[in-house]
Amino acid sequence: MDILKKEKKLIKLEEELIELDDEKKIESIKSKIEDYKHGMMQDLSAWDRVMLARHMKRPTSKDVINAVFDDFIELHGDRNFGDDKAIIGGIAYFNGQPVTIIAQQKGKTTEENIESNFAMPHPEGYRKALRLMKQAEKFNRPIITLIDTPGAFPGIGAEARGQGEAIARNLFEMSAIEVPIISIVIGEGGSGGALAIGVANEVHMLENAIYSILSPEGYASILWKDAKKAKNAAEVMKLTSYDLLDFGVIEGIIKEPIGGAHHNPTQTYEAIGKRLQQSIESYYNRSSYEIKTARYTKFRKIGFFQRFNYDNLKGVVK
Amino acid sequence: MKRDVLKNAFDKQRQFKSKTVSYRKKPLQSAKQPDVPKGLYEKCQSCGKTFIAKDMIKNMFVCPSCDNHFRLRAIDRLNITVDPHSFLEKGLGYITLDPLFIDGYEQKVADYKKQTNLDEAYIYGYAQIESIPCVIGIMDSHFMMGSMGSVVGEKVTKSIEYAMVKRLPLIMFVASGGARMQEGIFSLMQMAKTSGALKKLDEQGLLFVSVLTHPTTGGVTASFASLGDIILAEPNALIGFAGPRVIKQTIKQDLPEGFQRAEFLKDKGMVDKVVHRHALKDTLHTILKMHQGGSE
Repeated sequence: MDILKKEKKLIKLEEELIELDDEKKIESIKSKIEDYKHGMMQDLSAWDRVMLARHMKRPTSKDVINAVFDDFIELHGDRNFGDDKAIIGGIAYFNGQPVTIIAQQKGKTTEENIESNFAMPHPEGYRKALRLMKQAEKFNRPIITLIDTPGAFPGIGAEARGQGEAIARNLFEMSAIEVPIISIVIGEGGSGGALAIGVANEVHMLENAIYSILSPEGYASILWKDAKKAKNAAEVMKLTSYDLLDFGVIEGIIKEPIGGAHHNPTQTYEAIGKRLQQSIESYYNRSSYEIKTARYTKFRKIGFFQRFNYDNLKGVVK
Repeated sequence: MKRDVLKNAFDKQRQFKSKTVSYRKKPLQSAKQPDVPKGLYEKCQSCGKTFIAKDMIKNMFVCPSCDNHFRLRAIDRLNITVDPHSFLEKGLGYITLDPLFIDGYEQKVADYKKQTNLDEAYIYGYAQIESIPCVIGIMDSHFMMGSMGSVVGEKVTKSIEYAMVKRLPLIMFVASGGARMQEGIFSLMQMAKTSGALKKLDEQGLLFVSVLTHPTTGGVTASFASLGDIILAEPNALIGFAGPRVIKQTIKQDLPEGFQRAEFLKDKGMVDKVVHRHALKDTLHTILKMHQGGSE
């Protein structure tokens, strides 16, 4: 039984609760719900987490921004081509300190999703993000990025305007930005689209978020020529927060309430705020050189391979 | 000058008798593959005509009939690009691992190693072009579509660092299907790693010329391939981030003719110059000569 079916059952139980008046019965059902949550809704498979990460009710970037930051002013456009609604950016106060926010915005309804192109950015989105990051560097404020995208948008316009170059340029410039960059993967982190705003000093993930090279569907169709094997793909791809923490690709996991962030959004926002505060504080006393070097060194080290060291074989030929 | 190079195009083994290469079990050489039966004939994928392999080598693997540029092996690319005997390979000894435990991945890598006689899809080293020293990096699309996993990412980064240490210009021939799916998130992170290293190269004022050849797609386009100070491309090379098939599926329309080809990208301002393979060495030489003073 997957997590969505379990969730439906939980909702049924909760509906029962509303109809009842008898206190004893209420107590018994309440304990039943708690038992159910703790018994059935923990220990999720990778595919469960994929579904939670894509859940229609999952808090979006705008929800997080409204809850965690104050006085958000959205800034638009890349000063070149247009404004991409899949990536939103701006400045806001975080616990009294100005910060720059860059976030990928999914919608909650179909209309919202069409407007924001299902959070699949175009080149102008990445270029806007880079413009705002450069601005943050100029005014010396930390950058916080919220990652939630299935990936870059595969379209004619996106290619014609240099999608590859736009992502590459972000990776290139972000590696040397002199203010701390903190990324949080709040939902899906898909491929180059996610990485293009994810070259951060610290990357944190919500517990049920995913971060991968490609969507499980795409992965299955490339590797096994069958997009229907997405479920299997999700299991082998190691895309959950716990796997990535093991790999050392991310720095931390932000716990979610049982059943996913949407079951108790306030709790999730608090956890995000707390983690952000800790992260930002840790960069207060560090110089800009330290900050950018730490970021570069972190990414420089990522890789999984062995090297047979020829340098130790001086004099040995063949 | 060109004729000298061609003469030496046959002389593959001799070129690699340098100190470093002697560590290899076998000298780097063009491997035999089924589509070239015993190395006698070569078939053009575009017009379907068959040519004698020796003529093809003379013609730098460009179809004499339809001008189609064949996908080159790393060794052939070296032969037509750098001065004879000048190449010194660096960064040997990397071993590809299987972080996600994908069925058959290790076997696949082993097969490709045997087939192509390469350790991985990328080689780099010191070389001279018309006596101007440079660092040259070449991706071989015959090795698992030239996909970028941990080893390729590391070697690309090392080649950039080598160029920084030696303070030499860097030329990279790109041919890749993108990130290597079998290594999952590690492949994705190589994009950040290589791009970050190029930023350092940029800060040091060194030249980076990226030559895009058929095919250049996916994560490689979205990292080091697009970051050249000068970006050259071979005619009709497929260059893009998302593959044409994926785009077609997503937007459910037919793609315009010539979409994502080198000429299309030049029109859109993404590529500096489309250069015929016959003129590539001269072009690179001229560019190198112009940048000999560095940026200081």
